[in-house]
Amino acid sequence: MKTLARCPRSLTSSASSDMDLATERKINEDLLRPLRQTSVWFFLLIAGLGIIVLAGVGSWMYQVWNGLAVAGIRWPVFWAFYITNFVFWIGISHAGTLISAILRLVNATWRRPVTRCAEVITVFALMIGAMFPIIHLGRPWLFFWLIPYPSERQIWPNLRSPLAWDFFAISTYLTGSTLFLLLPLIPDFALLRDQMRGWRKRIYAVLALGWQGTTKQWHRLEAAMQIMAIAIVPVAVSVHTIVSFDFSMSSVPMWHSTVFGPYFVAGAIFSGIAALILAMAVLRKALHLEEYLHPVHFQNLGKLLLMMSLLWGYFTFAERLTTWYGNNSAEMAVFWETQTGAYSPLFWTMVFCNFVIPFPLLAIRRLRTITGTVIASSLIVVGMWLERFLIIVPSLATKHLPYAWGAYRPQPVEIMITVATFAAMVLLYALFAKAVPIISIWELKVGGHAQPVLTPEEQEEQRELWKARP
Amino acid sequence: MEGATMKAIYGLYSDPDSAQHAVESLRRAGVADDSISVLASQPYEEYEFSHRYKQTWLFWIAAGGGALGLWLGLGLAYLTETRWPLVTGGMPIFAWWPNIIIMFELTMLGAIIATVVSLLAMTELPTIRSKVYDPEVSQGKILVAVENPADGEISTLERTLKGSGITEVKRFT
Repeated sequence: MKTLARCPRSLTSSASSDMDLATERKINEDLLRPLRQTSVWFFLLIAGLGIIVLAGVGSWMYQVWNGLAVAGIRWPVFWAFYITNFVFWIGISHAGTLISAILRLVNATWRRPVTRCAEVITVFALMIGAMFPIIHLGRPWLFFWLIPYPSERQIWPNLRSPLAWDFFAISTYLTGSTLFLLLPLIPDFALLRDQMRGWRKRIYAVLALGWQGTTKQWHRLEAAMQIMAIAIVPVAVSVHTIVSFDFSMSSVPMWHSTVFGPYFVAGAIFSGIAALILAMAVLRKALHLEEYLHPVHFQNLGKLLLMMSLLWGYFTFAERLTTWYGNNSAEMAVFWETQTGAYSPLFWTMVFCNFVIPFPLLAIRRLRTITGTVIASSLIVVGMWLERFLIIVPSLATKHLPYAWGAYRPQPVEIMITVATFAAMVLLYALFAKAVPIISIWELKVGGHAQPVLTPEEQEEQRELWKARP
Repeated sequence: MEGATMKAIYGLYSDPDSAQHAVESLRRAGVADDSISVLASQPYEEYEFSHRYKQTWLFWIAAGGGALGLWLGLGLAYLTETRWPLVTGGMPIFAWWPNIIIMFELTMLGAIIATVVSLLAMTELPTIRSKVYDPEVSQGKILVAVENPADGEISTLERTLKGSGITEVKRFT
């Protein structure tokens, strides 16, 4: 055909050209259905989560009114649940933009239904994580002192402090991640503008910014996404490295370590992938996206999770071995507290959750199913929260000289705020999935959804069916 | 004559092969590339019609934004540290090692913001100007339009667009 004249690739091999209009309309219908139909369960879920979030806000107001004394943080453990949550949520944020950017850069075709689910996690997890330093402040209304602006007192933030680095790193990552999420949303907003009616149509028309879908617009959008993907990967790595600097720049036992940067980054990606798998499994079931989120997506993410579990095990072993071999008395005090002391139940639970149980679940192909990956991911989320807690609290509680040792007991206000942030994450995610297609429609179409990717078992099944044909 | 207010005539094609054929036919009929617009619900990278406008300065603009961010980071660190010269942890007032972090973050922020601003400028977004469009595009149809056609050419262009497998040519006013 004439069309091949200037075409670099064979048209006949193009998945896009195979897709007929009916398939394209079906994708539109399937992915817009959650936006059009709302069950009573959705309202109940929102109401339930809203109540928990309000209880968390109330707890925080109680703490603001009465002071930080109502929390369990007191000398010598001044960082506990809040900073654990800060590090944990910043880690979870690595689910999205980083994974999405890497998959985009290596052009992994199976990424298409996954990327937006992941990118949304990043934005909301960062927003929640960034709240914790403010929640942790004795006078949260003065949080803007962290921002470098020319105040009348001529006092500037100390840019040599890791806390000021946090401000720059998190601001950059949040800005980049939000834009990385929003840019590919513009064509989908245009689709919603055309498909919706009434007030929603008017809102989507504004959000679509007048998108037409010209060849120039498509090309520039894809080029911009490529640049953003290149830029966001080092930013994501830097963010968690800088969060690790909050600890490793001090001389607290078991914190002052050069391995902390990569250790934190690996842990962040690890917990991020686990959160992504959980989110995908819930979306698949709740929004009936079985045709789009295939077992192979869970298998592939399960393989990544397995690799990160091994890496986490390696880092933990390297860190522990170095400490034990060095035999520094201050560090050994913390070491034994976590291995056999008061924190040992939490430590060994962490090891089981992050390595011992997930390893066989993810390594054995038969077990690496949707259920298997969801079980492993649930344990990893718990294990990684414990890991953050165990990095922070035992070191502060067993710091250098025994007269300065202490203990930490979380108080109801801290527990409530922690629970509320998990509810807030689910609430924000549910509301987002109600307003925007949680799978990028245009990217799915580019990938040619007509031919779903099959797992090795499904391929084998297909071959058997083919052989059995009369 | 209605052509006096008409901005474009267009056809809606069910598949990219037909759209590509229509573009080729329009070219053969003497229509300049700049006057032909192709609108679709996805980027058809395998087709020649999507390869126009491939040249872009976006990567260089992003690099420029990054360079600007780098200098802003350096300037911010230098000015704030010298304006309030407080010795911290035995470090110099202007300490390169920690400042590299600020410079790095602002470099990346500069590159990201420059990319997004350039994207919006290059694609003329947001716009409130009325431009050729049909909601059928979001249902998978591919729109091939000739913008601002001369009155005398309209019937020829209609025939050309219909010659690629459609029965109706629409007008955008």
